[in-house]
Amino acid sequence: MDLLYPVSPTHYLVLSAILFAIGIAGVLTRRNLFVSLMSLELMLNAVNLTFVTFSRVNGDLTGHVFVLFVVAVAAAEACVGLAIVIALFRIKETVDLDLFKSLKG
Amino acid sequence: MLEAAVFYILAALLLGFGLLVITRTNPIGSALSMVGAFVALAALYATLSASLAAIIQILVYAGGIMVLVIFVIMLLNLAPEDLRPLKARAVMIPAVLLLVLGGALGPLFLVVFPSGQWKFADIPEDFGSIGAVGMKVFSDYLFPFEMLSLLLLAAVVGALVLSKRKL
Repeated sequence: MDLLYPVSPTHYLVLSAILFAIGIAGVLTRRNLFVSLMSLELMLNAVNLTFVTFSRVNGDLTGHVFVLFVVAVAAAEACVGLAIVIALFRIKETVDLDLFKSLKG
Repeated sequence: MLEAAVFYILAALLLGFGLLVITRTNPIGSALSMVGAFVALAALYATLSASLAAIIQILVYAGGIMVLVIFVIMLLNLAPEDLRPLKARAVMIPAVLLLVLGGALGPLFLVVFPSGQWKFADIPEDFGSIGAVGMKVFSDYLFPFEMLSLLLLAAVVGALVLSKRKL
Protein backbone atom coordinates (compact mmCIF):
# COMPACT_ATOMS: atom_id res chain seq x y z
CA MET A 1 0.00 0.00 0.00
CA ASP A 2 2.85 2.39 0.62
CA LEU A 3 3.87 1.83 -2.99
CA LEU A 4 0.67 3.61 -3.94
CA TYR A 5 -0.03 6.13 -1.29
CA PRO A 6 2.35 9.08 -0.93
CA VAL A 7 2.47 10.14 -4.56
CA SER A 8 6.17 10.50 -5.32
CA PRO A 9 7.85 11.76 -8.50
CA THR A 10 8.31 8.14 -9.56
CA HIS A 11 4.55 7.81 -10.02
CA TYR A 12 4.53 10.74 -12.43
CA LEU A 13 7.52 9.31 -14.31
CA VAL A 14 5.88 5.90 -14.68
CA LEU A 15 2.72 7.61 -15.94
CA SER A 16 4.81 9.53 -18.45
CA ALA A 17 6.50 6.31 -19.64
CA ILE A 18 3.17 4.56 -20.13
CA LEU A 19 1.81 7.55 -22.05
CA PHE A 20 4.93 7.55 -24.24
CA ALA A 21 4.45 3.84 -24.95
CA ILE A 22 0.82 4.49 -25.90
CA GLY A 23 2.03 7.19 -28.29
CA ILE A 24 4.56 4.85 -29.88
CA ALA A 25 1.89 2.17 -30.26
CA GLY A 26 -0.34 4.69 -32.04
CA VAL A 27 2.37 5.96 -34.39
CA LEU A 28 3.49 2.47 -35.42
CA THR A 29 0.10 0.80 -35.70
CA ARG A 30 -2.38 3.22 -37.16
CA ARG A 31 -2.73 3.62 -40.88
CA ASN A 32 -4.60 6.89 -40.77
CA LEU A 33 -2.17 9.81 -41.08
CA PHE A 34 -4.10 12.02 -38.67
CA VAL A 35 -4.12 9.48 -35.87
CA SER A 36 -0.41 8.91 -36.43
CA LEU A 37 0.29 12.65 -36.06
CA MET A 38 -1.87 12.85 -32.96
CA SER A 39 -0.02 9.91 -31.36
CA LEU A 40 3.19 11.82 -32.04
CA GLU A 41 1.74 14.76 -30.08
CA LEU A 42 0.92 12.31 -27.28
CA MET A 43 4.60 11.33 -27.12
CA LEU A 44 5.63 14.98 -26.90
CA ASN A 45 3.20 15.50 -24.05
CA ALA A 46 4.62 12.53 -22.17
CA VAL A 47 8.04 14.19 -22.37
CA ASN A 48 6.51 17.46 -21.17
CA LEU A 49 5.15 15.67 -18.10
CA THR A 50 8.64 14.38 -17.34
CA PHE A 51 10.08 17.88 -17.69
CA VAL A 52 7.51 19.35 -15.31
CA THR A 53 8.01 16.52 -12.79
CA PHE A 54 11.77 16.95 -12.61
CA SER A 55 11.39 20.71 -12.49
CA ARG A 56 9.23 20.22 -9.40
CA VAL A 57 11.72 17.77 -7.89
CA ASN A 58 14.66 20.15 -8.21
CA GLY A 59 12.81 23.40 -7.62
CA ASP A 60 14.33 24.73 -10.85
CA LEU A 61 12.13 26.49 -13.38
CA THR A 62 14.26 25.44 -16.36
CA GLY A 63 11.93 22.49 -16.93
CA HIS A 64 8.99 24.86 -17.33
CA VAL A 65 10.92 26.92 -19.89
CA PHE A 66 11.59 23.75 -21.86
CA VAL A 67 7.91 22.84 -21.69
CA LEU A 68 7.06 26.20 -23.25
CA PHE A 69 9.56 25.60 -26.02
CA VAL A 70 8.28 22.07 -26.66
CA VAL A 71 4.70 23.34 -26.86
CA ALA A 72 5.65 26.10 -29.31
CA VAL A 73 7.70 23.73 -31.47
CA ALA A 74 4.86 21.19 -31.44
CA ALA A 75 2.47 23.90 -32.59
CA ALA A 76 4.78 24.82 -35.48
CA GLU A 77 5.23 21.16 -36.36
CA ALA A 78 1.49 20.46 -36.30
CA CYS A 79 0.91 23.49 -38.55
CA VAL A 80 3.44 22.45 -41.18
CA GLY A 81 2.55 18.75 -40.88
CA LEU A 82 -1.13 19.43 -41.56
CA ALA A 83 -0.21 21.61 -44.56
CA ILE A 84 1.76 18.64 -45.88
CA VAL A 85 -1.25 16.37 -45.28
CA ILE A 86 -3.44 18.75 -47.27
CA ALA A 87 -0.94 18.89 -50.13
CA LEU A 88 -0.63 15.09 -50.08
CA PHE A 89 -4.39 14.62 -50.07
CA ARG A 90 -4.68 16.81 -53.14
CA ILE A 91 -2.48 14.41 -55.08
CA LYS A 92 -3.37 11.03 -53.64
CA GLU A 93 -7.00 11.51 -52.56
CA THR A 94 -6.32 9.40 -49.45
CA VAL A 95 -4.68 9.57 -46.01
CA ASP A 96 -4.01 5.84 -45.75
CA LEU A 97 -0.32 5.43 -44.93
CA ASP A 98 -0.15 2.01 -46.61
CA LEU A 99 -0.85 3.64 -49.97
CA PHE A 100 2.05 6.14 -49.86
CA LYS A 101 4.57 3.76 -51.38
CA SER A 102 6.40 5.82 -54.03
CA LEU A 103 9.56 6.13 -51.90
CA LYS A 104 9.74 2.38 -51.29
CA GLY A 105 13.05 0.87 -52.52
CA MET B 1 -4.72 10.86 0.80
CA LEU B 2 -6.77 13.28 -1.23
CA GLU B 3 -3.83 14.17 -3.45
CA ALA B 4 -3.19 10.50 -4.15
CA ALA B 5 -6.85 10.02 -5.14
CA VAL B 6 -6.71 13.08 -7.40
CA PHE B 7 -3.50 11.85 -9.00
CA TYR B 8 -4.89 8.38 -9.70
CA ILE B 9 -8.16 9.71 -11.10
CA LEU B 10 -6.30 12.13 -13.41
CA ALA B 11 -3.81 9.42 -14.42
CA ALA B 12 -6.66 7.03 -15.24
CA LEU B 13 -8.40 9.73 -17.29
CA LEU B 14 -5.18 10.58 -19.13
CA LEU B 15 -4.33 6.97 -19.98
CA GLY B 16 -7.94 6.16 -20.81
CA PHE B 17 -8.20 9.04 -23.26
CA GLY B 18 -4.77 8.15 -24.65
CA LEU B 19 -5.90 4.61 -25.38
CA LEU B 20 -9.06 6.00 -26.96
CA VAL B 21 -6.92 8.17 -29.24
CA ILE B 22 -5.08 5.20 -30.70
CA THR B 23 -8.07 2.91 -31.01
CA ARG B 24 -10.82 5.02 -32.61
CA THR B 25 -11.55 4.29 -36.27
CA ASN B 26 -12.94 7.76 -36.89
CA PRO B 27 -10.16 10.42 -36.71
CA ILE B 28 -12.62 12.92 -35.23
CA GLY B 29 -13.10 10.50 -32.35
CA SER B 30 -9.34 10.39 -31.89
CA ALA B 31 -9.12 14.19 -31.97
CA LEU B 32 -11.82 14.63 -29.33
CA SER B 33 -10.23 12.00 -27.07
CA MET B 34 -6.97 13.89 -27.50
CA VAL B 35 -8.62 17.06 -26.21
CA GLY B 36 -9.79 15.11 -23.15
CA ALA B 37 -6.26 13.78 -22.62
CA PHE B 38 -4.83 17.31 -22.81
CA VAL B 39 -7.30 18.61 -20.23
CA ALA B 40 -6.38 15.74 -17.87
CA LEU B 41 -2.70 16.46 -18.45
CA ALA B 42 -3.22 20.16 -17.70
CA ALA B 43 -4.84 19.15 -14.40
CA LEU B 44 -1.79 16.97 -13.67
CA TYR B 45 0.47 19.95 -14.31
CA ALA B 46 -1.64 21.90 -11.83
CA THR B 47 -1.03 19.23 -9.16
CA LEU B 48 2.70 19.76 -9.77
CA SER B 49 2.36 23.52 -9.12
CA ALA B 50 3.00 24.23 -12.81
CA SER B 51 0.30 26.82 -13.31
CA LEU B 52 1.73 28.46 -16.45
CA ALA B 53 2.31 25.07 -18.07
CA ALA B 54 -1.29 24.04 -17.33
CA ILE B 55 -2.78 27.23 -18.81
CA ILE B 56 -0.52 27.10 -21.87
CA GLN B 57 -1.45 23.43 -22.36
CA ILE B 58 -5.17 24.27 -22.49
CA LEU B 59 -4.75 27.42 -24.57
CA VAL B 60 -2.25 26.20 -27.14
CA TYR B 61 -2.65 22.42 -27.32
CA ALA B 62 -6.33 21.82 -26.64
CA GLY B 63 -7.57 25.15 -27.92
CA GLY B 64 -5.21 25.73 -30.84
CA ILE B 65 -3.53 22.64 -32.19
CA MET B 66 -6.47 20.24 -31.77
CA VAL B 67 -8.90 22.78 -33.26
CA LEU B 68 -6.56 23.04 -36.26
CA VAL B 69 -6.45 19.24 -36.56
CA ILE B 70 -10.25 18.99 -36.41
CA PHE B 71 -10.58 21.73 -39.05
CA VAL B 72 -8.26 19.86 -41.40
CA ILE B 73 -10.01 16.53 -40.82
CA MET B 74 -13.35 18.11 -41.62
CA LEU B 75 -11.81 19.98 -44.59
CA LEU B 76 -10.59 16.77 -46.19
CA ASN B 77 -14.04 15.23 -45.82
CA LEU B 78 -12.83 11.64 -45.88
CA ALA B 79 -15.13 9.11 -47.50
CA PRO B 80 -16.27 6.24 -45.23
CA GLU B 81 -13.92 3.67 -46.79
CA ASP B 82 -10.96 5.77 -45.71
CA LEU B 83 -11.79 5.11 -42.06
CA ARG B 84 -10.58 1.52 -41.76
CA PRO B 85 -10.39 -0.25 -38.38
CA LEU B 86 -7.34 -1.95 -36.87
CA LYS B 87 -6.41 -5.54 -37.54
CA ALA B 88 -6.07 -7.56 -34.35
CA ARG B 89 -2.71 -9.06 -35.32
CA ALA B 90 -1.15 -5.67 -36.10
CA VAL B 91 -2.03 -4.37 -32.68
CA MET B 92 -0.46 -7.27 -30.82
CA ILE B 93 3.19 -6.12 -30.86
CA PRO B 94 2.55 -2.61 -29.53
CA ALA B 95 0.08 -4.07 -27.03
CA VAL B 96 2.76 -6.44 -25.72
CA LEU B 97 5.25 -3.56 -25.60
CA LEU B 98 2.74 -1.48 -23.71
CA LEU B 99 2.03 -4.26 -21.24
CA VAL B 100 5.72 -4.82 -20.63
CA LEU B 101 6.58 -1.15 -20.18
CA GLY B 102 3.48 -0.16 -18.28
CA GLY B 103 2.43 -3.30 -16.55
CA ALA B 104 5.72 -4.87 -15.59
CA LEU B 105 8.58 -2.39 -15.81
CA GLY B 106 6.68 0.51 -14.34
CA PRO B 107 5.67 -1.11 -11.05
CA LEU B 108 9.05 -2.90 -10.96
CA PHE B 109 10.70 0.51 -11.15
CA LEU B 110 8.50 1.66 -8.29
CA VAL B 111 9.62 -1.32 -6.20
CA VAL B 112 13.32 -1.01 -6.96
CA PHE B 113 13.44 2.77 -6.62
CA PRO B 114 10.93 3.48 -3.86
CA SER B 115 9.60 6.90 -3.11
CA GLY B 116 12.76 7.94 -1.30
CA GLN B 117 14.85 8.16 -4.44
CA TRP B 118 13.39 11.44 -5.65
CA LYS B 119 11.46 13.78 -3.42
CA PHE B 120 9.53 16.89 -4.23
CA ALA B 121 11.67 19.84 -3.14
CA ASP B 122 10.41 22.74 -1.08
CA ILE B 123 9.39 25.42 -3.52
CA PRO B 124 8.74 29.15 -3.15
CA GLU B 125 5.22 30.47 -3.23
CA ASP B 126 5.32 31.64 -6.86
CA PHE B 127 6.84 28.48 -8.34
CA GLY B 128 5.60 27.89 -11.87
CA SER B 129 3.73 31.17 -12.00
CA ILE B 130 3.92 33.27 -15.11
CA GLY B 131 6.08 35.90 -13.38
CA ALA B 132 8.70 33.44 -12.20
CA VAL B 133 8.87 31.58 -15.52
CA GLY B 134 8.98 34.90 -17.34
CA MET B 135 11.98 35.98 -15.27
CA LYS B 136 13.71 32.74 -16.24
CA VAL B 137 12.88 33.00 -19.94
CA PHE B 138 13.90 36.62 -20.36
CA SER B 139 17.16 36.31 -18.48
CA ASP B 140 18.73 32.89 -19.04
CA TYR B 141 16.87 31.73 -22.14
CA LEU B 142 16.41 34.94 -24.09
CA PHE B 143 18.17 33.78 -27.26
CA PRO B 144 16.18 30.54 -27.62
CA PHE B 145 13.01 32.56 -27.04
CA GLU B 146 13.82 34.90 -29.91
CA MET B 147 14.76 31.93 -32.10
CA LEU B 148 11.38 30.45 -31.24
CA SER B 149 9.59 33.45 -32.70
CA LEU B 150 11.68 33.05 -35.85
CA LEU B 151 10.72 29.37 -35.95
CA LEU B 152 7.03 30.21 -35.68
CA LEU B 153 7.36 32.73 -38.52
CA ALA B 154 9.05 30.08 -40.67
CA ALA B 155 6.30 27.57 -39.83
CA VAL B 156 3.53 29.98 -40.81
CA VAL B 157 5.20 30.88 -44.11
CA GLY B 158 5.94 27.22 -44.80
CA ALA B 159 2.37 26.14 -44.14
CA LEU B 160 1.06 28.85 -46.46
CA VAL B 161 3.40 27.86 -49.27
CA LEU B 162 2.80 24.10 -48.87
CA SER B 163 -0.95 24.40 -49.10
CA LYS B 164 -1.07 26.59 -52.18
CA ARG B 165 -2.76 25.04 -55.14
CA LYS B 166 -0.20 26.34 -57.62
CA LEU B 167 3.19 27.47 -56.34
